[in-house]
Amino acid sequence: MPLPEGLYGLMAEFDSPTNLVLAAKAARNAGYRRMDCYTPYPVEEAAEAIGFHRDEVSLVCLVGGLLGLVAMFGLETWIALWAFPLNIAGRPYFSWPAFVVPAYEWTILWAGLSACFGMIALNGLPKPYHPVFNAPNFRDGATTDKFFLCLESTDPKFEATEVRGFLEAQSPVSVVEVEY
Amino acid sequence: MATKDAPVNNPMIDPVTGEYRVIAPGHTFKSVTEKVSRIVLTSHTPLGWWFGFMVASGFVGMLLVAVTWLFVKGVGIWAITIPVAWGFAIINFVWWIGIGHAGTLISAILLLFKQGWRNSINRFAEAMTIFAVMCAGMFPVLHLGRPWLGYWLFPYPNSMNYWPQFRSPLMWDVFAVSTYATISVVFWYMGMIPDLATMRDRSQSRMGQFCYGLLSLGWRGSVRHWVRYETASILLAGLATPLVLSVHSVISLDFSVALMPGWHTTIFPPYFVAGAIYSGFAMVLTLAIPIRTFYHLEDLITIRHIDNCAKVMLATGMIVAYGYSTEVFMAWYSASHWEYFMMWNRMFGPMGWSYWTLITCNIALPQLMWIRKFRTNVGLMFLMSLIVNTGMWFERFVIVVTSLTRDYLPSSWGTYRATKWDYMTFAGTLGFFTFCFFLFIRFLPMIPMSELRLMLPQAKVRKTAEPLPEAGD
Repeated sequence: MPLPEGLYGLMAEFDSPTNLVLAAKAARNAGYRRMDCYTPYPVEEAAEAIGFHRDEVSLVCLVGGLLGLVAMFGLETWIALWAFPLNIAGRPYFSWPAFVVPAYEWTILWAGLSACFGMIALNGLPKPYHPVFNAPNFRDGATTDKFFLCLESTDPKFEATEVRGFLEAQSPVSVVEVEY
Repeated sequence: MATKDAPVNNPMIDPVTGEYRVIAPGHTFKSVTEKVSRIVLTSHTPLGWWFGFMVASGFVGMLLVAVTWLFVKGVGIWAITIPVAWGFAIINFVWWIGIGHAGTLISAILLLFKQGWRNSINRFAEAMTIFAVMCAGMFPVLHLGRPWLGYWLFPYPNSMNYWPQFRSPLMWDVFAVSTYATISVVFWYMGMIPDLATMRDRSQSRMGQFCYGLLSLGWRGSVRHWVRYETASILLAGLATPLVLSVHSVISLDFSVALMPGWHTTIFPPYFVAGAIYSGFAMVLTLAIPIRTFYHLEDLITIRHIDNCAKVMLATGMIVAYGYSTEVFMAWYSASHWEYFMMWNRMFGPMGWSYWTLITCNIALPQLMWIRKFRTNVGLMFLMSLIVNTGMWFERFVIVVTSLTRDYLPSSWGTYRATKWDYMTFAGTLGFFTFCFFLFIRFLPMIPMSELRLMLPQAKVRKTAEPLPEAGD
């Protein structure tokens, strides 16, 4: 697959979360859809502004947890009944109350691993290279104190000069082109 | 609570509420980031760090000697014998696991309760958890007798056609502790990803950029990523909370499922958990107080944090005191000859001194924390944290040793006196814990910068546009 070339998008830098959220709202109202905000800490309002509400991390976590529960309880039952039946103080082979504890631990283990790795996978990470890192002012502040809104060129409504004009009207610190 | 005793012009006190502030006023996103990342990114390692690191390395060397000799000679070099087959190994195991619990409490339970003050201390409290669990995990494995066969504990298909026995609390322990260690590491690492990206972006050296870049997985702070990240954090917190309660409960079942007088009681799970959090918060203070002084982090780890930790210690200490008094009451109320004798022996038997040490350190002296002036005195709180950890170690000593040395049958009574190898292994794990901690504060951001930014007043999104941030940023 050839690497994409040309313009990835236009990136506006803001100095406060409020200005970022207002700009993101305006961009959505203006009809832009392919965009993303970059912030140094979670800004929920910005996610809402660009129309991102649902994430599937909870679902992945639930499925993982249930798998862990079934896996461990099934393993214990199989061992105690068929693979290695032992008479322990005359208890029944299927002494399920004793099996609850490891099954409980594995529910948490699998749910937790699913939540973490599910989050990483849904985010498309690890991804050491991304076009936004090419923006000259990104490295200096995106993970410290600057707020960015990037309108991407794949948006059907994207037209470079028009977008630049729109972003500059949102009182940004600067607007830069981001190359692939 | 009013602060009439504090000077009015103290900038650390909020004039509206009269409470100590969580973070000193006047900080910006950049200043908190720089304050935390500078500790790691400096090319100049402080001499004090080298000194502490060298001392800790010395103790790690001692641990290696003790463990090597144990591998050569077997567990007979420890004082464990019949009737005291558990000895220091299990005392230290329970003590270390307990210390770890405060890290999870701070990172998970206080997150669920939306306790914003936790943000400054949660990263290194989580690191403390991981290193404490590493120390704890060594003991049962070394205690196996043939530690190199420790993997037999896990269910896996093998040529012996053998499988574990899941009706034993010792088997439950394997799953509780291994899950706890794994989830703690995952929670710790996941929480660090955005900060590792900050380190990647701020690092001046190629090596730093490469290593932090690799570890940060290419985090770029997209708000879509942040939303999923926040969901995953809340989920992990919600999972770690029942986990941490279950881990020490399961450990207490190792004792209470046995029929030994003094062990066979239903109060054990709740009082073990409370005791774990008690000792863990003490260890948080033992670590936080020197670190904030040495690295000048008084703005971020404030008197408010120390005060709050003291209050948690006071509360959990009272639960532990309730546990002790229930034990005494039940020994009398059960009308069981053996229970009655067990309690008498604990208090006035040959090991009575250890019981009174525990009562002094865990119940009597911590009552000083009712006094606000005491709680806000950094030096005294450091001392108190050491006292409580000593007391909690003696609690496990009392439970393990006094019960085992005085069984039902006087013919099987014995005594216990730890050998130098016991002491060397214990001191060695203290050194190993410190060793790991020194590496952590040198190479990783010990305070979560992204969460600190969230605590600043300028992090809030307002309804209308802002002209410009304050000057001088």
